[in-house]
Amino acid sequence: MKLHEYQSKAIFANYGIPIPRGRVTENAAEARAIAEELGGRVVVKSQVLVGGRGKAGGIRLAKTAEEAETVAAQLLGMTIKGLAVRRVLVDEAANIETEIYLGITNDRAARKPVIMASAAGGVDIEEIARQSPEKIFKVHVDPLLGLREYQARDIAACIDIPREYWKSFIAITRGLWWAYCETDATLAEINPLVITANHQLIALDGKMVIDDNALFRRPAIASLRDVDEDTEAEVEARKHGLAYIQLEGQIGCMVNGAGLAMATMDMIKLQGGEPANFLDIGGGAGADKVAAAFRIILSDPKVRAVLINIFGGITRCDEVARGILMAMTDVKSTIPMVVRLAGTNAEEGRNLLRNAQMITAETLFEAAQKAVALVEGS
Amino acid sequence: MSILVNQNTRLLVQGITGKEGLFHTQQMVQYGTNVVAGVTPGKGGDWVLDGKIPVFDSTKIAVEYTGANASVIFVPAQYTADAIFEAADAGIPLIVCITEGVPVQDMMKVRNYLDQKQVRLVGPNCPGLLTPGECKVGIIPGNIAIHGEIGVVSRSGTLTYEVLYALREAGLGASTCVGIGGDPINGTSFLDVLEMFEDDPRTKRVVLIGEIGGTDEEKAADFIATRMTKPVVAFIAGQSAPPGKRMGHAGAIIEGGAGTAAEKVNALKLAGVRVANHPEEIPGLLHH
Repeated sequence: MKLHEYQSKAIFANYGIPIPRGRVTENAAEARAIAEELGGRVVVKSQVLVGGRGKAGGIRLAKTAEEAETVAAQLLGMTIKGLAVRRVLVDEAANIETEIYLGITNDRAARKPVIMASAAGGVDIEEIARQSPEKIFKVHVDPLLGLREYQARDIAACIDIPREYWKSFIAITRGLWWAYCETDATLAEINPLVITANHQLIALDGKMVIDDNALFRRPAIASLRDVDEDTEAEVEARKHGLAYIQLEGQIGCMVNGAGLAMATMDMIKLQGGEPANFLDIGGGAGADKVAAAFRIILSDPKVRAVLINIFGGITRCDEVARGILMAMTDVKSTIPMVVRLAGTNAEEGRNLLRNAQMITAETLFEAAQKAVALVEGS
Repeated sequence: MSILVNQNTRLLVQGITGKEGLFHTQQMVQYGTNVVAGVTPGKGGDWVLDGKIPVFDSTKIAVEYTGANASVIFVPAQYTADAIFEAADAGIPLIVCITEGVPVQDMMKVRNYLDQKQVRLVGPNCPGLLTPGECKVGIIPGNIAIHGEIGVVSRSGTLTYEVLYALREAGLGASTCVGIGGDPINGTSFLDVLEMFEDDPRTKRVVLIGEIGGTDEEKAADFIATRMTKPVVAFIAGQSAPPGKRMGHAGAIIEGGAGTAAEKVNALKLAGVRVANHPEEIPGLLHH
């Protein structure tokens, strides 16, 4: 789960990391009031969960409170990479001397958290990593030991932070480490961390991504989820414990298991079609879940055919077939469906569905072929 | 011969009295697995499956009484890391973790701890292990695979069943099937399993089922190119997956342009691996 900049910075502040004075708002008049409080010169920043806001014109400087209102009104009407700007953060403008990058993420290959820092902050860290990887200093942290003081000191020394700032830099690094640990983050990033003309270190921008699997033990963080950024179908799917991702194609997919769901989408593509979604109903899904999955797939107006691919293992195909039939009486639809059932009790399941005017297939290959033909024929 | 599990496996089930734990214990016993004990804290002294399997309060006590040499974990995600530490501290050399949804920071602690011990963890978020005709540890349906010479290793669950089934339909059997799980940080990698298959005299050929995310498949390709003598056939799921979206599995995500199916397919092909376009093509590629 991604957090907004204003949410991330509020968390950072709780861990003693200095952030600019400022507030988030949904209306331009309030942006003006906030700017007045802050003394007029502010940065107005659109809050959307995509990278590259600056380049897209979503971050603007305002020299006066009036200008802040105008700029906020413009930003609040904008769409950035398909996402409507619903909130802006109004922050006191800083006089920047130096920009630093400081981030913590999970290094999958090393199986440890890694702290990355660079004196070349302010821009896309992936860009720096590509063009001049030597400018990024990395320290792996033993998850059993946690961040040690010397490691933070090493970072300060290796990215040439002037000595008078070491103490506050180390405190910020330690704060970021605890923020990362105690929110179960997969990314906690300050970019840029700036040294101001008044000789202070401040986290101007912040980004956090939280491990979805850990939200059960972070209720305060879980409540920060911005559902405005998800499609209605995605919100509905989450409610039913379904893994669903909407895509661009016309063939809706319902599959048990994530790997098999991906393989099913790939097969559709291989046959010249385009999947409309990724959907994993999970193991042992009951009729309720199957019905919810159906509603979600069919709520996508692009869908012209549905492919159901179930591999019965512990899950019995006849059970799934009954679930599908129950769902069909709930969700009346004229969209044609291709069903492929294999594994445990597949024959019984197929018989149940054959009476229901569904197109059946023996193999995944055949099922995808039939689904693609339906879309092409319609 | 086989890898990891066989008729000498003495299995302990952590979380044996839970719904999943009990159901799958029954399935494993029916398959012929020697389940010697279960653990559920607070239920020590109970017996399950008509009094056949004793339940203990702790893994350490269970091992002392029954000599269990492998453990399978069915406990909920919030207790999983603790269950793995407990099994490792009880001296169990093989831990298979079925549980899905374990927080990744927990897994980093687990993995770094286990690396200091002589303990092999398979999973989490995996279907477990199956040596057809001998032993099943986990949830792979026993009836879809037959005994044979093909080593199967996979990051997926039902996709693995699909492949085992396709192999069986083509008259091909498996030596051992290992589900390593779909999480970004797990106990056993493709590379670990390929090394075991290479050293296992009964395994003649190998099927590798990968998916998008991470670089495990690329590392496997490197091993195949430099050290593996047995032929490998592979399939990579997620060719149609968009970047930045987590495709169900926590580990199946294309991040920062890395971990795409195309890169993995390419690396495997360069290593001389035959890569199937879809899972049902795998048996044909093995015959050639």
